[in-house]
Amino acid sequence: MTSPLVSIAKRDLSLAFKQRSELLQPLVFCVLVVSLFPLGIGPGPATLQKISGGIIWVTAILSSLLGLERLFRDDFRDGWLEQVSLSGCSQSLAALVKVMMHWIMSFLPLLIISPLLALFLNMTYSMYFALLLTLLLGTPLISLVGSIAVALTVGLNKGGVLLALLLLPIFTPLLIFATSTVEAASLSLPYVGQLAIIGSMTLLALAFSPMATAFALKISQY
Amino acid sequence: MLVGRDLSCVKRDRVLFNDLQIAIEPSQCWYIEGANGAGKTSLLRILAGLSHPTEGHIEWRGKLLRHQIDHFFQDMVYVGHKTGLNRQLSAIENVMYWSSLNQVEVKSIYDLLGQLGLTGLEDLPVGHLSEGQQRRVALTRLWIKRASLWILDEPYAALDVSGIALLNAKIDDFIEKGGSVVMTSHQEPELDSLIHRLVLAYQL
Repeated sequence: MTSPLVSIAKRDLSLAFKQRSELLQPLVFCVLVVSLFPLGIGPGPATLQKISGGIIWVTAILSSLLGLERLFRDDFRDGWLEQVSLSGCSQSLAALVKVMMHWIMSFLPLLIISPLLALFLNMTYSMYFALLLTLLLGTPLISLVGSIAVALTVGLNKGGVLLALLLLPIFTPLLIFATSTVEAASLSLPYVGQLAIIGSMTLLALAFSPMATAFALKISQY
Repeated sequence: MLVGRDLSCVKRDRVLFNDLQIAIEPSQCWYIEGANGAGKTSLLRILAGLSHPTEGHIEWRGKLLRHQIDHFFQDMVYVGHKTGLNRQLSAIENVMYWSSLNQVEVKSIYDLLGQLGLTGLEDLPVGHLSEGQQRRVALTRLWIKRASLWILDEPYAALDVSGIALLNAKIDDFIEKGGSVVMTSHQEPELDSLIHRLVLAYQL
């Protein structure tokens, strides 16, 4: 028999396959926005290269907000979360599994198409490598912190705008360090420091977010 | 078995009930009556350990519920107002994910769904089924999991006559074997077993 956590992961995966279009939306949004920049700003390679890191990160954060609500919305409405809390398995671990599946389904595709985005914006190889590292270290933070905010607002009917208001200020430090990493890479400067800060933020979120999410879900279900 | 002492619940500054005493013993069926908004669902959620009473406490087998909540969850089935079924997954998938979440094994899922009158609908997304059929899928939990307490919130909602008869037979059988049931319903349950009543008055 499979363990409860494995079954939660499998359930999320099979649901994701049934809602492919909903999953593709943020990704398509990302590609569209990035492809509009060369048209709007003008195809000057130097200008585009300069702002490339910022553009990709801003679109990544905004597009993540589009799909973030999916994390708990349906499960809250149909009462599955109730059944999970009655199952006796650790609520924090269950939340962590859901967050992991969210990252795999929404950010992994972004990582896969990121070379294309880099090509649009004329990034150099070393810049792209730095960008990839920041995305790898930084996007789990978006999922982890986002899950707390989604869990808090899941009981509200119009949580979408509130969610953005709650989360964007929290993601600002991430944005600053991520773009400064890419900038340092473009100047051939060492960028381990910025990466370390992003990594430490993600680790901190990994330690506290599952607990906080489980607690917020409990409050929302009251 | 499950005892609630001096329970009170306050929601949005309105007292739903206070100083409520309930003692559920094995082989008992408790039927909770009350108008809309009288606090039936709130009471059931408190008894199921999903939320805490504003005052008072709950004991399970002689000890405080919150100290042994895991044992309690293993021995209890809750079918709430929300069915807990995902509309995009099929009946089979819903049942399988629920049973592995609760670590119970389902031997013959097709037989079970057939018994509940869902033959031929096993592979359809639950969202395509009628309300009553969805309720039947949710009620499979009573057949799958061994427990000594069932907490049922409006189990008859949307069920047709044969569905109600099926559920009543199952409840009677369960009570005869020493289980206990707490339920709310807007229609009088027609059980062979003795029904204990608790009336919640709507308080302003």
